[in-house]
Amino acid sequence: MAVVMLFQFLHAEMVAELGARDTDPGPGGQKRSLSVLEGTGFRAGQALGDRLPRDTPAFREELDVLKFCKDLWVAVFQKQMDGLCTNHQGTYVLQDNSVPLLIPTALGLQYLEDAPKFLAFTCGLLRGTLRTLGFQSLVTSSVATLPACKFQVVVRKSG
Amino acid sequence: MSRPAHGRPEYHKINKDLFVLTYGALVAQLCKDYEKDEDVNKYLDKMGYGIGTRLVEDFLARSCVGRCHSYSEITDIIAQVAFKMYLGITPSVTCNNSSRNEFSLILDKNPLVEFVEELPAGRSSLCYCNLLCGIIRGALEMVHLAADVTFLQDRLKGDSVTEIGITFLKKLDEKKYRRKK
Repeated sequence: MAVVMLFQFLHAEMVAELGARDTDPGPGGQKRSLSVLEGTGFRAGQALGDRLPRDTPAFREELDVLKFCKDLWVAVFQKQMDGLCTNHQGTYVLQDNSVPLLIPTALGLQYLEDAPKFLAFTCGLLRGTLRTLGFQSLVTSSVATLPACKFQVVVRKSG
Repeated sequence: MSRPAHGRPEYHKINKDLFVLTYGALVAQLCKDYEKDEDVNKYLDKMGYGIGTRLVEDFLARSCVGRCHSYSEITDIIAQVAFKMYLGITPSVTCNNSSRNEFSLILDKNPLVEFVEELPAGRSSLCYCNLLCGIIRGALEMVHLAADVTFLQDRLKGDSVTEIGITFLKKLDEKKYRRKK
């Protein structure tokens, strides 16, 4: 449904606006922008976590978290992620070779330094959704070659 | 664009929820950044404008609407095709003046506020959905139509309906945009 496009356009606009907020061109400015985008994603993720179908039992095993990440990816991006692995000690690496949210950006190394801005929201989204489901986590992203990217999720069960 | 995943109807809902919840998070962030409601409203409108200028291409590609011959036709298309396509609702359209350039879209349902019960405290002048006004304005400008688009009534502010007013202004100079044959 076309509402997916609405999300993509909104996300692109948020990256352009919130991501360019700080006039400080140095690393401090960029960090604040990324933090704002990540925070917005976190907030959306928390609320999204509340909306997800809760027919699966509570996460007791690692496999549940893996399955959850897979399902969430399909739900959010309408495609399977291309790779998912874990070190069995709470770290999960999600790999996607063509994340739709990155596709608007041109391919090519010159845009690589902008890539974190396009992924910050999604990092927050993952972190927020997991939080609602009882997991503290740290989510970071890395890009080797656009449009492929990796999200690293380090999970700690809270409380 | 790929088709949605087979089966699970909840995925479709997630897409819509994702947009609505992202929008809510954005408004919350802007409320943190700007003390005055007018500033948040302006910013939402500005962002909407940016989205509208790009959305219109997507819309035209998906809908294959033909050339319109009146403001009334255009407003009908916004309500019955565009709103339906992107938000799954069909606002009703009324014409507000005899010159037939002022219209209202009456939103009976509004998915953007699905999870919003009331405006945040101290934010009584916030036009929560102002992004929509900017989107319409930006999209119209891309097809050479200047318009003022604002919320005339808002259920979140206690009005009985949510009403978006579209006033078509002078048509932008077509000569500037006409391609040379």
